[in-house]
Amino acid sequence: MITPEQHIRLYKEMLRIRCAEAALAERYKQQEMRTPTHFGLGQEAVPVGVCAALTKEDVAYSHHRSHNHYLAKGGSVYRLAAELFGRKTGCSGGRGGSVHLTDRESGFIASSAILAECVAMATGSALSFAMDASDRIAVAFFGDAVAEEGAFYECLGYAALKKLPVLFVCENNGYATESPLSIRQPEGASIHGRVASFQIPTRNIDGNDVAEVYLTALEVVDEMRRKPGPVFMECRTYRWLEHVGPFFDHELKRTYRTKEEVEEWMAHCPVKRHGAYLLENGHATGEQLSTWETETRKSIEDDIERAYQDPWPDVQTLMDKVY
Amino acid sequence: MRIIKYNEAISEATVEAMTRDPSIFLTGHAAAYPSGLFGTTARAAETFPGRVFDCPSMENAFAGIAVGAAAMGKRPVFVLPRADFMFLAFDNLLNLACKWHYMYDGNAGRVPIVIRAAVGKGWGQGATHSQCPHAPLAHFPGLTVALPSTPADAKGLLLNAYTNNHPVIFFEHRSLFGTEGEVPEQMDPIPFGKARIAREGTDLTIVATSLMTLEATIAADELAKQGISIEVIDPRTVRPLDEETILASVAKTGRLIVADCSWEMCGFSSEVAGLIAEKGFHSLKAPVRRIALANCPAPVSLPLETAFYPKASTLAQAALRLLNKDEQDLAGIDRVDYFKGPY
Repeated sequence: MITPEQHIRLYKEMLRIRCAEAALAERYKQQEMRTPTHFGLGQEAVPVGVCAALTKEDVAYSHHRSHNHYLAKGGSVYRLAAELFGRKTGCSGGRGGSVHLTDRESGFIASSAILAECVAMATGSALSFAMDASDRIAVAFFGDAVAEEGAFYECLGYAALKKLPVLFVCENNGYATESPLSIRQPEGASIHGRVASFQIPTRNIDGNDVAEVYLTALEVVDEMRRKPGPVFMECRTYRWLEHVGPFFDHELKRTYRTKEEVEEWMAHCPVKRHGAYLLENGHATGEQLSTWETETRKSIEDDIERAYQDPWPDVQTLMDKVY
Repeated sequence: MRIIKYNEAISEATVEAMTRDPSIFLTGHAAAYPSGLFGTTARAAETFPGRVFDCPSMENAFAGIAVGAAAMGKRPVFVLPRADFMFLAFDNLLNLACKWHYMYDGNAGRVPIVIRAAVGKGWGQGATHSQCPHAPLAHFPGLTVALPSTPADAKGLLLNAYTNNHPVIFFEHRSLFGTEGEVPEQMDPIPFGKARIAREGTDLTIVATSLMTLEATIAADELAKQGISIEVIDPRTVRPLDEETILASVAKTGRLIVADCSWEMCGFSSEVAGLIAEKGFHSLKAPVRRIALANCPAPVSLPLETAFYPKASTLAQAALRLLNKDEQDLAGIDRVDYFKGPY
């Protein structure tokens, strides 16, 4: 059961991430964020639902489309924006860029650009937890294309063999860059079906329904703390914007997917959908929803502007921290 | 002083470090076998059964698993019975581990990983069980690449690696595991980037890596009988590289041979030749000579394999030529490979 307060919290968190990504994408168009950025608009429900089921001691890793995961685990919009602007105050000091984020304080250890690395890192942290008989959990957030890299399967085998407390969260958005799943993976071969053959418990859920994601995550996390071992969640969702950059594909006349397909998925917007749920169940009023949105937008604009005003890193630090 | 073998020195360093630091664990294919990776992990496996365990053949993922474990405070030691398998680990090693501290500006913490890999040679090891990829690895900022050639260096460098805060790649040459040398009972870690002058000399410098240090010393012994004085320098780590010791030696001798246990092309021998061209040019009395593997994959068949590897006699002949002396028949000085199969 999810309490009304929890529903509201889930909504507000999705709203924060949605507004942050929308504002960053808008600002990105000014060419002052010089870092290839993969925006996560439309995919907010999975990170929010999963992270809401975790504690601060649990750790998370992500791939190139990592803003949502960084923010949902507790990272700040201000330090993310500063990172995109290449500022000294960025979460990675302006050295990492959009695909190399970190916020250890909240348990978001790292995102990295090569697909299966995050799966391996999460498995490694889970190995550490298992060796220490700790009840902490490591989570890897990744996309459907990870299921095409070998290290993914090595990790599945190892996590199952060693009964590691690692939660694999696959956000299946149907595309790797501009390449649809149908030309990358055999017809009828589901990712979760393949994972199940490793004797790993799997869930296959609607990744645009934050309540379903949250309830599933709560259940599996509880299971994992009681009886350590990996669990795999496949969450069906959809990316709204182009693979990398702030535009819709149709704005740039790309043809790998249709405008209609994108609009159909946008109609299943996870944020709108949960807002409607709050209204229907009397957990919030329309006025509240619009106040929250106005406040969130304002605070995010302030964060982005503050980050923009921050200083560059000192050029003298170029060679620092190589070792 | 006490004399022990190279593999015993590695074993000793490992047990000492694991005794001091409970965050160290060691894994890899065959790591916990009784044979213990040429005898280097057997004692650690007996002493710390929970912290020495075998690993499936998953070199790619495990390098990333090591990063994730290290990020949580562990000190993973990943062992590879053959360095050639490390190519599978290059993604996580080169894209992640070696960039970690820099790329996240220190905010993601540290990933102190040690990767120990054995370099094969001889007895028909062949093209894919005999390579030493120190040069491609040393290319990458953030890594330390060590290739000890003596038991004492193996122990001292490894003690350093086990307490260091960044990734260290450690190449152990299969032909060295059985060699002996003086190793004090109590040893301090040896700093990285500090070459060892294996033998002092005045006529010619040989900078040699790993097993080639041994070959260079044999060549130097032979030429000493003829009044030729060779200085042998073992850089011990190729990254960081002790440029100062190499430059000082060449300033003294004016002649340089670089003897490496891999190929010339974009390799360590070329790096040192480049260093001298740039910073030691005016000391040179003769062109720099690179002695490395023949420019082909390692063959299996005995006569081909024998011709493939440079040895003491190759170095001695090259030295004679650089010194404008007549070539001699020196085949008799070469070591007999004591190694017996099966691997």
